[in-house]
Amino acid sequence: MARGTRRKLHFSKLYSFVCGRSKFEVDHSQIGGPGFSRVAYANAPDCSEAGNLNYGSNYVSTTKYTLATFFPKSLFEQFRRVANLYFLFTAFLSFTSLAPYSAVSIIIPLIVVIGATMLKEAIEDWRRYRQDIKVNNRKVELYHGSSTFGFTEWKNLRVGDIVKVEKDNFFPADLVMLSSSYEDGICYVETMNLDGETNLKLKQSLEVTSGLQADSSFQNFKMIIKCEDPNASLYTFVGTMEYEDQEYPLSPQQLLLRDSKLRNTDYIYGVVVFTGRDTKVMQNAMNPPSKRSKIEMKMDKLIYLLLFSLVVVSSVGSVVFGIISSDDLQVGKVKRWYFRPDDSSIYYDPKRAAVAAILHFLTAIMLYSYFIPISLYVSIEIVKVLQSIFINQDIQMYHEESNKPARARTSNLNEELGQVATILSDKTGTLTCNSMEFIKCSIAGIAYGHGFTEVERAIARRKGSLSIENEQSKENHEQAKPAIKGYNFDDARIINGNWVYEPHSDIIRMFFRLLAICHTAIPEVDEETGKISYEAESPDEAAFVIAARELGFEFYQRTQTSISIHELDPVSCKHVEKSYKLLNVLEFNSSRKRMSVVVQDDEGKLLLFSKGADSVMFEKLGKGGRGFENKTKEHMHEYADAGLRTLVLAYRRLDEEEYKSFNKRFMAAKNSITTDRDEKIEEVADSIERNLILLGATAVEDKLQNGGMKQIIITLDGPEIIHLEKDGNKEAIAKVSRDSVLYQINEGKKLLSSSNTESFALVIDGRSLAYALEDDAKNLFLQLAVGCASVICCRSSPKQKALVTRLVKAGSGKVTLAIGDGANDVGMLQEADIGVGISGAEGMQAVMASDIAISQFRFLERLLLVHGHWCYRRISLMICYFFYKNLTFGLTLFLYEAYSSFSGQPAYDDWYMSLYNVAFTSLPAIALGVFDQDVSARFCLKFPMLYQEGVQNLLFSWLQILSWMFSGVCNGLTIFFFCTTALQHRAFRKGGEVIDLEVLGATMYTCVIWVVNCQMALSISYFTLIQHMVIWGGIALWYLFLLAYGAITPTLSTSAFMVFVEGLAPTPAYWIITLFVVIATLLPCFIYLAVQMRFFPMHHNMIQWMRFDGHADDPEYCQVVRQRSVRPTTVGVSARVDATVSQLARKVHDMVHLPP
Amino acid sequence: MNSSSGSAAGPSSGSGDGSAPRRNSKRPKYSKFTQQELPACKPILTPKWVISVFTLVGVIFVPIGIAALMASNNVVEIVDRYDTECIPANMTGDKVAYIQNDDIIKTCTRNLTVPKDMDQPIYVYYQLDNFYQNHRRYVKSRNDAQLKDADQANKTSGCDPEKTTKDGSPIVPCGLIAWSLFNDTYNFTLGNKNLSVNKNGISWKSDRDHKFGKDVYPKNFQNGTLRGGASLDLNKPLNAQEDLIVWMRTAALPTFRKLYGKIHQDLKANDIIMVTLENNYNTYSFNGKKKLVLSTSSWLGGKNDFLGIAYLTIGGLCFFLATAFTVVYLVKPRRRVLLCDTG
Repeated sequence: MARGTRRKLHFSKLYSFVCGRSKFEVDHSQIGGPGFSRVAYANAPDCSEAGNLNYGSNYVSTTKYTLATFFPKSLFEQFRRVANLYFLFTAFLSFTSLAPYSAVSIIIPLIVVIGATMLKEAIEDWRRYRQDIKVNNRKVELYHGSSTFGFTEWKNLRVGDIVKVEKDNFFPADLVMLSSSYEDGICYVETMNLDGETNLKLKQSLEVTSGLQADSSFQNFKMIIKCEDPNASLYTFVGTMEYEDQEYPLSPQQLLLRDSKLRNTDYIYGVVVFTGRDTKVMQNAMNPPSKRSKIEMKMDKLIYLLLFSLVVVSSVGSVVFGIISSDDLQVGKVKRWYFRPDDSSIYYDPKRAAVAAILHFLTAIMLYSYFIPISLYVSIEIVKVLQSIFINQDIQMYHEESNKPARARTSNLNEELGQVATILSDKTGTLTCNSMEFIKCSIAGIAYGHGFTEVERAIARRKGSLSIENEQSKENHEQAKPAIKGYNFDDARIINGNWVYEPHSDIIRMFFRLLAICHTAIPEVDEETGKISYEAESPDEAAFVIAARELGFEFYQRTQTSISIHELDPVSCKHVEKSYKLLNVLEFNSSRKRMSVVVQDDEGKLLLFSKGADSVMFEKLGKGGRGFENKTKEHMHEYADAGLRTLVLAYRRLDEEEYKSFNKRFMAAKNSITTDRDEKIEEVADSIERNLILLGATAVEDKLQNGGMKQIIITLDGPEIIHLEKDGNKEAIAKVSRDSVLYQINEGKKLLSSSNTESFALVIDGRSLAYALEDDAKNLFLQLAVGCASVICCRSSPKQKALVTRLVKAGSGKVTLAIGDGANDVGMLQEADIGVGISGAEGMQAVMASDIAISQFRFLERLLLVHGHWCYRRISLMICYFFYKNLTFGLTLFLYEAYSSFSGQPAYDDWYMSLYNVAFTSLPAIALGVFDQDVSARFCLKFPMLYQEGVQNLLFSWLQILSWMFSGVCNGLTIFFFCTTALQHRAFRKGGEVIDLEVLGATMYTCVIWVVNCQMALSISYFTLIQHMVIWGGIALWYLFLLAYGAITPTLSTSAFMVFVEGLAPTPAYWIITLFVVIATLLPCFIYLAVQMRFFPMHHNMIQWMRFDGHADDPEYCQVVRQRSVRPTTVGVSARVDATVSQLARKVHDMVHLPP
Repeated sequence: MNSSSGSAAGPSSGSGDGSAPRRNSKRPKYSKFTQQELPACKPILTPKWVISVFTLVGVIFVPIGIAALMASNNVVEIVDRYDTECIPANMTGDKVAYIQNDDIIKTCTRNLTVPKDMDQPIYVYYQLDNFYQNHRRYVKSRNDAQLKDADQANKTSGCDPEKTTKDGSPIVPCGLIAWSLFNDTYNFTLGNKNLSVNKNGISWKSDRDHKFGKDVYPKNFQNGTLRGGASLDLNKPLNAQEDLIVWMRTAALPTFRKLYGKIHQDLKANDIIMVTLENNYNTYSFNGKKKLVLSTSSWLGGKNDFLGIAYLTIGGLCFFLATAFTVVYLVKPRRRVLLCDTG
């Protein structure tokens, strides 16, 4: 009999709320008009009408380039950079006779540099292409006609095809669902890839087609689907289905989206409506906004500065050149006759000195191109990619449980990680694991469950009551791991069936029954172990069902119309099977804040179970149901104080009459197709959810992630809390609130300025925030917020989060980092300088919008303190070094040109020059950028103050950059003058030979190579084999090159022919000069470093000292150093630093006070 | 791993793409390289290091400086500027007119006193000042192919404006460098004995062997209306004309010397050498200087005190710094500084 009724009751009815969510805002009459023109001829993709439509294939390409567009497109990308454009310009000029060097020697480095970047692009795109191929070649069952389905590849699908998708497979395209293995045409869909939500969604086909449940049903099947044009909205769909001469409206409920997955349903049939690029998911696909790091922006400025100085230097040279040239020939009097100024080409013509000067300017621009490091961009790119690999590979940022390593989704921001001044964190979702634990409950006015919540522990710890700490640590020991995830309840009165002996055992029984029934979770039985796990829409719901199971009310089966539980019978003390007929589900939503189910038990009694937020539930209680109201409220306050999430549970019995009338009205409301449909349903639901009888309340702990405690501690127990609580009732005039908020902000500022020793926490709620963010208040608010050590914005909307982020970013001008894990954090993540997504349970939305994804909040510490610090140091040092080495080199060129009467004659052979950036000096710089460590990871974490180097931008300040450049200029000067003075015009060897251009050039070049490479060795304090290889290898490479180049025929090597073998190597003076110039040039730098290291150590120097002295493990000593450097920056620095310090201090404290 | 709560990737018997990766751990593989824990040497500038570096540099530099200075001191150098002296008194007003007038015989006699004993070989140089052999127009004004290979005599690209004669036949060697070849000549007599100047082997061997052909003979050289410098012996191949080869090796700086020849005879102190020179080369129009230099050489080359002094300075400085740092380190031990002074 039960079976019969079950058949009649359609499951769809139960899910009316879910199903009915779609709004019928769009008039279906629009279909066929503009924007709604799509037509799919089901089962007839070959018919002539369909052929005319010419919709794209289902082939999806995510690649940036195609074979044809790769070259033009990626080249274009490359030359959007000013520096590259400049090099292209010089490359073009180098083909004219203006060029001071041969065209090949400038073209080849350019090709190498551009080619390396393009190769990187190509490899990345190739990976995407491979991924595409894999996706496009997935197999799906396609209807072939004559009642058979056969496998075909995804890419072959066309609009109108009928496909069959089986359980746990992805949908190949956007489908209109026709039927499923369930009779009423429902199916479950997992949309993880689309919106990141892990819960299952219910979809349902139209009733007319739900009967097409066999392969054979599609014989002679014809249908025309007309619908909207492709768009990116995942939650809307408007269309009509023409089937058997009837038109039926289609809603999102029938649309199965590509890349979502069929779950818990054996198979479905569907018609393809959108293919390939037209699918919703592809329409949604967009690249995360590209952000550039502050360092790179500064570097651009630096390049502009250099370009500018290059122009200045060139024009000075040109003017001088023009004057000297015009002087050569004056009124028929020839001065430097050996140039034949009377018969000169335009480039040197004294008669047209102005033109010659302008042309010379171009030459000089080319010659001085060595001021600008051509390989800088490509080196930075290589370095950043490698750095990201290191971040991804960090085993300590790998989370075993979720099997997720850290993932740097963009490598642009590595160094920015080392400069974060403000962290904006999504509190609840981010700090918590998003896994709920059922921990306490209050039933019939009695509180059950002991055990401390983490917040309680934290408070206790803060207050210094060691007893609790000990207890807690003992406790921690005992239950190192809760045996069951989501359940941490412990009370002897309740567990093991003891609740039967409690005073209100009937109420307790109803309480747990409610927990087992009133939900939308789906049980999954593991076939091997027989264990039951649940798939629920939210983790707290799962926690309830699990709690019910553990306490003897095991929910084990959900059919379309019933819920079956194993229930402990208080009389027999045995588990009996009970089945409840599920009549209606009144879904949870944010305005109702409650959820109810109407069930009929096997005795035929009708029951309404309801659970919801205290704010709404207490109103709903009937007169007879308020027995333990006060007690319950009291308990709930306690729970709330302990940081638990609470829900009120209540029920009522319904009589047959009442239910029938309700059901009728409910059905009517549900079936109405008007805009106020939702309100109607709500109204009907409201009518029955009254006169409830209170059962009790539950308390669920939102588990905090390991190590995520810091910020919470500060909130709850800050030394002073400015509480900007604004209890505005809805009708309160905005002005009053605004004034009040303003007043409070000002008060807060006064308080802040009156005391400068304590750090403050600022708490502000969403509503006040709305006023605080208005234009007139926002700067005041910012000032206040910046003055506080931490700011907590509670109950704020996603938009407000983004607004706060923008305010902080714009107001402080410092680097902001936003961290979050939910879809509501997306705005914030994108707005901040760096968005860090937590790939937790709340889905992938935040991760997709983030720049870097980590799996646990606690990894942020390592990400920032270790990787951030390293990357910042590496990149800034590398950029400085690049400019330094090019200035050194460029200056020798400039000085030499001055000695050749600014004629544009380079001191070095063409190939020496072009290989300078590409071969001899670039690898050490890249190795610096990838491998350098000032201090090891352990010390980075141990001394968070080191991070201040990045926040205060000490390593890439203008002072730092300019001193590097200054050093470059000095080195260039000393190299040039020492070399020229030492060699001079006298014989430079025993055989009486004098130097010539080639010998001077090669000697000077040798010195430059030695100096810049040794400077590198001086600047780093971390030598692995790699460093040694690249630095000394770079120098060795130069000698090898000189040998090789000198050995080839003089037709190619021209004046460099045998210069090393014959001219330099046998000459003692060459070696002695090299030694002298290198030592003399580097000596000032060495002295500076020795003095700085000894007398003015920077943070990392101090730590190096400590490591050297072996004090690093002396906790008291560390503490002194730490405090000294942290104290002046406590206020106004992000709470994280503060928190980390306090946490570390605690650790030290523990260490010191450990019993021997 | 029992996924009992909301996780959707629970136990499922599906064969879909999504279910498999659960088992392949994404745990990064451990290696010292990927975890950035490679064995590394992490030197820091400790007092010991600083002092040893300074001392080491001093220890190396001072002896080298002394050796270099001694070498330089042993070199005897006679420098004689003759361009101003070798002009008849009546022509000093217009030196350019004098030098450009082919009719005047420009022979000039100079007496040089040997200050110290000079051991052979004695190198004879001419030195030019303010002569921009390194000017780009000048440096490029040659054609290497033509110099090397007789078959490529027609290759005169880059040689403007000394490329071809008026009728279009190529000049060998072409270009401004060859055209402006230095043409002063020197003859030395000691007492009444002629000091022979050996002009063989004054150029780089690689130039003779590889850059100037042994079957390339001068053609149409200095035949134009405007004569530059010296003419060449039409019967000698280019690789035998060492003056040209030396001249063609462009100097690096505007002041330069070029080897003129070697005297294989020892000279005694206070010997007086009489130089009979022909002052042909025009340096007057660009205010250049001409000097004649006789010099011996050491292992370091010519007379050059700079290197020795520089080495000694740096070496001394390093010794000083080593002492200074030692004193400072002793007077102010670091640990106290770190904890108190800079705080």
